[in-house]
Amino acid sequence: MKILVCISNVPDTTSKINFTDGDTKFDANGVQFVINPNDEFGLTRAMWFKEKQGATVHVATVGETTVEPTMRKALAIGADEAIRVNSVPTDGYFVAQQLAEVVKNGGYDLVIAGRESIDYNGGMVPGILATLLGMNFVNTCTNLEVDGTNATAIREIDGGKEKIATTLPLVIAGQKGLVEESDLRIPNMRGIMMARKKALNVIEPIEATKATEDTKFEKPAPKGAVRLIDAENIDELIELLHNEAKVI
Amino acid sequence: MKPDLFEAPDYYNLDDLFSEEHKLVRDAARQWVKRDISPIIESYAQKAEFPKQILGGLAEIGAFGPYIPETYGGAGLDQISYGLIMQEIERGDSGVRSTASVQSSLVMYPIYTYGSEEQRKKYLPKLATGELMGCFGLTEPNHGSNPSGMETKFKDAGDHYLLNGAKLWISNSPFADIAVVWAKNEDGRIQGLIVERGMDGFSTPETHNKWSLRASATGELIFDNVKVPKANLLPGKSGLGAPLGCLDSARYGIAWGAIGAAMDCYDTALRYAKERMQFGKPIAAFQLQQKKLAEMITEITKAQLLAFRLGQLKNEGKATTQQISMAKRNNVDMALKIAREARQVLGAMGITGDYSIMRHMMNLESVITYEGTHDIHLLITGADITGIPAFT
Ligand SMILES: Cc1cc2nc3c(=O)[nH]c(=O)nc-3n(C[C@H](O)[C@H](O)[C@H](O)COP(=O)(O)OP(=O)(O)OC[C@H]3O[C@@H](n4cnc5c(N)ncnc54)[C@H](O)[C@@H]3O)c2cc1C
Ligand SMILES: Cc1cc2nc3c(=O)[nH]c(=O)nc-3n(C[C@H](O)[C@H](O)[C@H](O)COP(=O)(O)OP(=O)(O)OC[C@H]3O[C@@H](n4cnc5c(N)ncnc54)[C@H](O)[C@@H]3O)c2cc1C
Repeated sequence: MKILVCISNVPDTTSKINFTDGDTKFDANGVQFVINPNDEFGLTRAMWFKEKQGATVHVATVGETTVEPTMRKALAIGADEAIRVNSVPTDGYFVAQQLAEVVKNGGYDLVIAGRESIDYNGGMVPGILATLLGMNFVNTCTNLEVDGTNATAIREIDGGKEKIATTLPLVIAGQKGLVEESDLRIPNMRGIMMARKKALNVIEPIEATKATEDTKFEKPAPKGAVRLIDAENIDELIELLHNEAKVI
Repeated sequence: MKPDLFEAPDYYNLDDLFSEEHKLVRDAARQWVKRDISPIIESYAQKAEFPKQILGGLAEIGAFGPYIPETYGGAGLDQISYGLIMQEIERGDSGVRSTASVQSSLVMYPIYTYGSEEQRKKYLPKLATGELMGCFGLTEPNHGSNPSGMETKFKDAGDHYLLNGAKLWISNSPFADIAVVWAKNEDGRIQGLIVERGMDGFSTPETHNKWSLRASATGELIFDNVKVPKANLLPGKSGLGAPLGCLDSARYGIAWGAIGAAMDCYDTALRYAKERMQFGKPIAAFQLQQKKLAEMITEITKAQLLAFRLGQLKNEGKATTQQISMAKRNNVDMALKIAREARQVLGAMGITGDYSIMRHMMNLESVITYEGTHDIHLLITGADITGIPAFT
């Protein structure tokens, strides 16, 4: 089985988010980037397929050179090869077209993407990708087993779970549950040493159109100060909630 | 212990100077410390016990012999990577870093540098995986700052050597499988011997009641007519320069390690100062607290630059003993002062085990003493710049 894990490079959750150029561009200055958590669950599940079922695992990203440390980390965790499509990935449709080209050329049986990127939260790429490739698609996937060309997946639905039988080739949009947080791997020294010798292939993007363009970003209003009301003064609390906060 | 919220300060964007691999190695060590050290270290320090279960993890992140070539089981990394690993481990605890320093610089380094090919093949791969743990015996009850006066000695007894004497203050001794021991031969010349646990007449009693490096095991090495096979003598170098060469490597790692302890204290104090309210404001709003925090980040930044430049010199094989002394002395002193100031920022909370600061502070009292005391390193710089040694 040949697996492609699609990796989005996102700001670490502790990063301070700012925008420049009249709030149209994200300010990456001083921001630490990490593997999108949903993709890390997927990558870790892919490692399981590699170790238990002899799968070959490649990782792909659409991004500029700045994403290479993230790719090297994926290689150190155990991916066999990495592909970087050299482009600024500003739109989900554009990204999906680039990834579709990678999948076509690589002949992958299973494509593991994340449910959404934790930066722009588009949640579009995996669905568009499956459509472009004409592959089966399981969204919000929390468990995946593969037996030959048959796949069994579990996905989260409102208030419950849905169990699905499908076949390869398949695209999943995965999330926590594929593996647990405690299963995530820290690259060990052996992995880091082996990653030195693994290929990180850079390919140029294909001609592709964008469907959307960011025109403005807005940050949520900063949190106001907390006002403590003595537990004795319930009347004052109700008065404030009613007249000042206007929530009751 | 509170959850580990550590964010590493990098005021002068040193990250721009590190290679992709440096950062990968460092971040892996950082993540490992957060996951496997921070949640347990306080309780081990409180009960004065070394957490043996972390040995496998230390080996996995490359803390054992990172710069030893791959052919002998090391990771073949450069000196800056070694420094960064030490920094991250000491961010967790100086005692854990001590275990890694001893294994890498005081056990693997002499076997690699002064050992025979057979000795390298026999010991290094197992030391790299932590399957074998080592310790380093130089200090004696009557000879600390002045190791050249050592009394431990060995003599030729035909097909083996006979070793007699005692070493004190030896990190890892209570559980080490092997000891690299420095002793005088019949001509009074210092040589290194590999002594293995289980050899008749060799014992390693533990030293108790330490207020410092409590999560690291410290003990004695006692040699009572120990028969050491001749194949266990390190053939490559003799004289005091041999153990001092090891100390250069360990002190270099400590110069980085101390930055880790300082970063942790600073980061903790900064976060606390922004959250703790007194007189209706966060205490970080008061000038006196800002002075402490501003001076801390200034000193950390200077120490980072010192360590980075020393790392470059080490990579080029140009770092002198005297340059290493300066960095060890400066950075450990810097960390100890920051620990003391940071503890005050936390007020009473600073004395509890809920925060790492007081543990770092107590640990650093050992770090400023071992591998050459603060005074001795000053004398090394003094002798270097004046040309007049003032040790005796
Ligand atoms: C100015 C700018 C610069 C950006 N620079 C980068 C960058 O350097 N690197 C980066 O990764 N993102 C970057 N992004 C984010 C980029 O917008 C998103 O990756 C892309 O638009 C899809 O976003 P989404 O939220 O719809 O993804 P979603 O559809 O929410 O993502 C779901 C899954 O799709 C896959 N996926 C998404 N994006 C990518 C990708 N780029 N490569 C491979 N797989 C992907 C992942 O598996 C992800 O979990 C940048 C955005 C802007 C506006
Ligand atoms: C926790 C811990 C772990 C250790 N681990 C090891 C280990 O693994 N292996 C090992 O071999 N050793 C180890 N040591 C020993 C350490 O290296 C020695 O303690 C150190 O070298 C100082 O020796 P000393 O304690 O005998 O102090 P002394 O040499 O007696 O010094 C006492 C004081 O006198 C000062 N002094 C000494 N000489 C002079 C001088 N000429 N001029 C001015 N002042 C002077 C010193 O600076 C110091 O302040 C460890 C120590 C500790 C605390």
